[in-house]
Parts: sequence; C-alpha cells; structure tokens
Amino acid sequence: MAKRAWRQIRPILRALTRHRTAALLIVLQVALTLAVVSNAMFVVGTRLVHLSRPTGTDEKNLFVVVNQWAPDLDADAIGARMRGDVATLRRVPGVADAFASEAYPLEGGYGVLAEVKREAGQTTKPRLGIMYFGDEHAIDTLGVHLVEGRNFRPEEVIDLPPGSDAAASVVIITRSLAHKLFDGEAALGRTVWLSDGPARIVGILETLQGPYAGSTTRSIDEDTILYPARSMSPTMGTVYLVRSQPGALTSVRKAAVDALWAESRKRIIDPESGVVTLVQAREHGYATDRSVALMMCLVSVLLLLATGAGIIGLSSFWVGQRRRHIGVRRALGATASDVSTYFQLENFLLVGAGVVGGSVLAYAANISLLHLYELAIMPWYILPLAASALWVLGQAAVFAPARRAARIAPVAAIRNL
Amino acid sequence: MLGYYAALALRSFRGGKALTLLIVTLMGLGVATCMVAYAVFRVSAGDPLPGRSGSLFVPQIDNFGPTRTVGGEPPTQLSYTDAMALWRARDGRRLSLVYPLTMVNEPADGVSLPASLEGDAVTRDFFAMFDAPFRYGHAWSESDDVGRASAVVIGDRLNRRLFGGKDSTGQTLQLDGHVFRIVGVIADWNPRPRFYDVATIGQPFVRRGDIFVPFSRAVDLAKRSPYGYCSSTTADTRVPDFNAWLHSECDWIGAWVELRGATDIERYRQYLTAYSATQQQVGRFGWPPNVRLSSLPQWLASLKIVPKATTLSLIVAVSFLGIAIVNVMGLMLARFMRRSAEIGIRRALGASRRAIYAQFGVEAAAIGAAGAMLGVVLTWLGVAGSRFVFEPDIAAWARMDPGLLVTTTAVAVGATLCAALYPTWRAAQVQPAWQIKTDG
Repeated sequence: MAKRAWRQIRPILRALTRHRTAALLIVLQVALTLAVVSNAMFVVGTRLVHLSRPTGTDEKNLFVVVNQWAPDLDADAIGARMRGDVATLRRVPGVADAFASEAYPLEGGYGVLAEVKREAGQTTKPRLGIMYFGDEHAIDTLGVHLVEGRNFRPEEVIDLPPGSDAAASVVIITRSLAHKLFDGEAALGRTVWLSDGPARIVGILETLQGPYAGSTTRSIDEDTILYPARSMSPTMGTVYLVRSQPGALTSVRKAAVDALWAESRKRIIDPESGVVTLVQAREHGYATDRSVALMMCLVSVLLLLATGAGIIGLSSFWVGQRRRHIGVRRALGATASDVSTYFQLENFLLVGAGVVGGSVLAYAANISLLHLYELAIMPWYILPLAASALWVLGQAAVFAPARRAARIAPVAAIRNL
Repeated sequence: MLGYYAALALRSFRGGKALTLLIVTLMGLGVATCMVAYAVFRVSAGDPLPGRSGSLFVPQIDNFGPTRTVGGEPPTQLSYTDAMALWRARDGRRLSLVYPLTMVNEPADGVSLPASLEGDAVTRDFFAMFDAPFRYGHAWSESDDVGRASAVVIGDRLNRRLFGGKDSTGQTLQLDGHVFRIVGVIADWNPRPRFYDVATIGQPFVRRGDIFVPFSRAVDLAKRSPYGYCSSTTADTRVPDFNAWLHSECDWIGAWVELRGATDIERYRQYLTAYSATQQQVGRFGWPPNVRLSSLPQWLASLKIVPKATTLSLIVAVSFLGIAIVNVMGLMLARFMRRSAEIGIRRALGASRRAIYAQFGVEAAAIGAAGAMLGVVLTWLGVAGSRFVFEPDIAAWARMDPGLLVTTTAVAVGATLCAALYPTWRAAQVQPAWQIKTDG
C-alpha cells in the first residue's frame, strides 16, 4: 500500500509543474501561515508564563485599601493615624491580619527602588531591590513563607516622616535577592548597605513579588525587601494590606472601609478605586499580557481556518479540473484509494514545501522582532509543533475533495464536461 | 457592455456559491483584522493636536551632566531654576510650564466624603496653546499668574459631578483646605495621547484633567509633583524642605513653547544653548551646553509611548491580511480557470482579449466590493469589541470615524486589486483554439 503511494510521487511532481502558480500560492500561504502562527504561539506562551507567575502571597484572601491623607494632617498626626488604623483593621471581625505599606503586589508601580550594596564603600554597581514598608504583621498578612531567620520585632519598626534619614537596622529579603547578593552563600545575618545605612538581614522569604510585576520590570520582580518602617507621607498616602479569614473577603472588604471611616474622616478613600482585591490587581496588572495573548490566539485560529479553507477551495478546483484525467486513470486500473491517496500525498508535499520555507521565514521574523519586542529566540520545538499542525490541517482540508475525486467513475474519461 | 458582464458575474456567483462566499469572507476578515488593529494603533500613535503640533516645542536642558544622563540625552523635565529662567525669557512667546498634581477637595457640607482630584499646575497660555475648549468662562488672567491667584479651571467631568453640569464659574472650590475661585470650565477635552504631562507621570491614555491651577499658586502652596528625577540618587531624593527642593537639581517641570517659523525655532535653540553656556560659566553646570528642542511629534516619538504590544498586534494583523490576499488570489485563479472553456468559446466567437479583461475585471470588482463591505461591517464590530483583545486603556478610544471608513474601503479595494490582477490576466491569456480542442 505504502509502496503504491510512493510510486505516485513522480506523477504528482510532474502535474504540479503544470500548475506552477496555484501550487506556489499554496506553498506561499502555508509558509506565511507557519511563520505567523509559530511566532504568535511563542508570544502567547511567554505571555501566559509571565501572567501566571505567583506573587508568593495569599492572593485570594488579600485586599488593599488605598488611603490618602487630608491635606491638613502633618507627619506626626499621620503616624498616629496609621497606628490607630491598623489596630482598628485587625479588630474588624473576619480580618486575619493587616499592616500599612506604600505599595502592594501586582500594583504595577510605586514601590521604592533601593540600591543594595554589600559593603559601605562598594564601588561596583549595586544590586537593585524593591521595598515594601511593613511591620511585624507584614509576613502574616501577606501569607508569605519565612524560610530562614525571624520576623521583625515591634521595636525595630521605625517612623519615616518625609525627608527623614532614619534607617532601619534590620531587613528581611527574598531568597532570590539573597542569592543574587551573595552568589548563593548564606545571607542570613549578613549586613547590607541601603542608601540610609547598614541593615542586618534577619530573615529570608521564600518568594514575594514586588509591586512592579505586571508592568515592565522582569529581572527584579522577585528581588524584594521588607523594610520595617512606617512611611508617614502626607503626599503619597498609605496602602493598608488586609488579609481576611478564608472565604470572608467580600463581606470584610466593606466592613474594613467602614471601620476606617468611623475611625476618622481625615482621609480619602476613592469610592471606585480605593479598595482593590489582589485578584482584581492581578487582572488589571496583566491586562496587556492577556489581551496580547488573546489577540495572537484569535489571529492564529483565523489564519489556520483561512488556510484550511483555501486548501479546500484549491483542491476542489483541481479535482474538478482533472475529472477526465482521473477517469482515465481509473479506467486504466487505478483504485479509488489510489486517487484519494494521490491528492492527500500532493497536499502533503505542498505543505512540506511550505513548512521548509516557513521555518526560514519564522526565524527571520523572530529575529527581527527580538529588538522590537522583548522576545527571546524561539525554542526549537515550536516549529515542529506548528508544522505538524499545518500538516494535519492540510490533510483534513484535502480529505473531502480527495474523497470526491475517488468517487469519479472511470466513465468520466469519455464523457464531456 | 458592463451590464452584461455584471450579469455574467452574477450567474457565475450562483454557480460557485461556496467558493464566492469563501473569497468574500476571507477578504472581509483580512481587511477587518488589519483595520481594527490599525484603529487601535492609530489611537496610540495619533497626533493629539492635528494642525498645531508642528508649532509646539519642548525644550530640554541638561542639568544632570554626562555621568547621570542616559545615553547623553538631557532629562525630559526641567528643574525649577531652569523652568523659571525660560519663563522670564519667554519674550512675547506663548510658553506653558506644566506639572501634574493631586489636590484634595473637602466638601463644605460635611456629609460628602473628601475626594482627591487629579490635574496639573499650568501657566495661563496652556489653554490657548493646546486648544482646550471652554464650556463656561475662560482661562485666568496674566495677572493671576503673576499674583499667584487662587483661581482654578475645572474639567467637564468634575463640573458635572459637583455642579450638575451648570455654569459654575464664579463659584468656589475647596482645594487642600484653600478656597479657589472657578474661572472656567473646560468642555469635554481629552487629547490622546495625553501629551502635556506624560513625560512626568506616564499613562498617556488615562484621562486626568479634573483641575488646572496656576503654576505660581501651586508652588506657593508647596505642592510637589508626584515624581521628580534628581541628579543623584542619594543626595536629592529626600530633599525635605520645599524651598530646598525648588533650588535642587531635581527635574519635575515640563515646559512647552510655541514657535512659528524656522527662524524663530532657530533663535530659540540658540537661546537655550546660550542660557546653558551661561550656567556653565557661573559654575552651575560642569559641562558644555547639552540642550534639545523637539516638536510635539518628535517629542512623542522620543518618549516611545506607542506600546510594543500595539505595534506587534498591527504587524500580526497586517501579515494576516497579506496571507488572506495570497489565499484569495489562489481561489480567484481557481474560479477563473475553471471557466477556461467558457473563455475559449467567447474568444472563439469573437470576444477580444480586452473584453475578457473587462468581464473578469467586473467579476473581481464585484467580489472585491462584497468583501470590502463585509470588511467595513466587521471592522465596525471589531472596533466596538477591540477592548477585549487589545490593551483596554487604548482600545477604549478606538472609534469608527469617516477617516477610518475611507481607509478601510481603500485597503479593501487595494487588497482586491492585488488579489485579482494576476487571475484576471491569466483568464485573458486563455487560448481559444486550445480550449476547444481539449474540452470541446
């Protein structure tokens, strides 16, 4: 059977040279489709990996209250308010824990970027980390795992009015940052220099994503510093991170804001954007990635459908054009399955030629997109995957026309059109 | 004669319904995908002030020096010192200083909750330079700028929220605990990208502009811009005192100047260089003048505000149209060549080659027109639904307007022409004798 099929290759090739343009159009179409679909799928893949990264926190039970201060409050008053507010929040029924910070995971910006040096007089380029301010409740609220060392102690948390050069004496950092700072050596107990002075690393977190994730940073998204401080800024406001008891988030959200308003009206909590769950933050932060992935998927599906439809159209035409020729072959002893194999094989060869040309095109497109868009070189397995998809598509598309061809009776050879 | 060809075309459509439908659908989908992506791209790459943008310029002065600048480019904002120098030297030109701020409105009734209002501190020329249309009132006066008046121009949205959309000029607004007099209400104004403060706070497609207050008054109230870029990371970032902040080498003010004609532009450029040279002479700058003067389009291009995702989507969509054209070309070829016998007979009966061109040209044009119409309809739908597959902030502003309609039609016609030329030519090449011999 297979041998019979292979014997048809030469006549197929000879026939194709007589339909050069139509054959070329199919090859071109398959090549372009392969180039676009493989790159699109690669983009989708990278986006999906990017947007499904975990923050390391207990996302589904976390929400934040974005709080601005009334303009007549000074730093001291704000400090007092912050202490009062977190105490109030922790008392709200259904709240597991809460703390005050200046940024939150998946926010897409606003975190304090810190240069981290290993020595006071370090002249080489310092590592960058992103800070969350917090107190001894931060770890519990976020639901992150402390893998080494200890939590902050209440007396270690400093007050930071604007312009202050006070410095905390201890920090907790993520394993990722620790690894980058000390090249895999033990980081616990070591001292690092931030812009305000030395701080001892007292704890290491398993993972905690910085607030920029979802926007543009990638390389330092996991390099996070928990800094024991209360930022009492009249202009920047405060972000309260609150963790609810499992499942209680929806009801606790409103109760928490009401409790804050009852505590004081010297604040602004935007009725629309003032309360954000981390689930919403994730949705918003990765909106671009999601839309890019969706767009690429949509275009790829349309493209494959179009190519499939095009193949059906052209194959039907060929079958129609070769009725006499098929009839003659049938009359001379070719079986119905010989005829359908002929068309399947022809399609296989055409798609094959397209795949070869398309692979070159795909890599050319990939390389020219490298600088335009943050893309890596396409991994090798994408092309064979896309190529097999096209082969399957081609075979499926040609199936019906080939069946129709197989049904042509030998008598067609002598009948007029 | 054309009528006869149209009738022939109609008959052939009836003959190959599926194929015709396929070609029209492919054409429509290809055009629509391409145009929806373009509609979104157009929003982000658009000119926010058509007709004016060529006369609006952004001056940049390097107060960081070669060790702190990125790639030798001066910072995108100005320090207070330099902004004030430009302000004093405006010499009859329109000039606007801009920085974004947020102010708190505490309602007098004691019941409503306080709200934070986003806007910009600007100088008076801002409104005239950027064609901001006033619904009520007008910009504040020159003397308000000098006298640091508590005047405010509010946006349409805020006016609707606080005053139910009525003329609120002459009323007062509490901002950060101070009483501001409303002098004007801007009608619905939303230039995209929001170019005037985008270099400071980014988010070019997010609407701000609830309040505009005099620059001098905002400085008076020690209002800081939410972002400042300082010449060193350690020394200046925590400048505590506002007065010290004003005299620091931190950059936070955007400047816009209106220049008309090449001589004026050149003169201003020379002024910037001369000013920078003076700063070097007095020892403030330890480097030779490094200044830029960019027009609004150049400025937006240098800020690279078109998101990469948008460009990428456009590239993919254009490729899709290209593939659709190749596809349609193949299918049209099949359509036309299937009728070789018919062509042969027509030729044999005396139809000229030109007549065949006309016949198949009409048929291709009819298919193209159908495809174009489908394309326009699908584009319309696609633009309406674009926020689901494109960046929502940008796609929200994508609109089907006459311009896009014309472009869509033009693209559809062009695409059809591309796809139909070769098949039509092939049809006209059919040899009458050969056809009659083999098939007749």
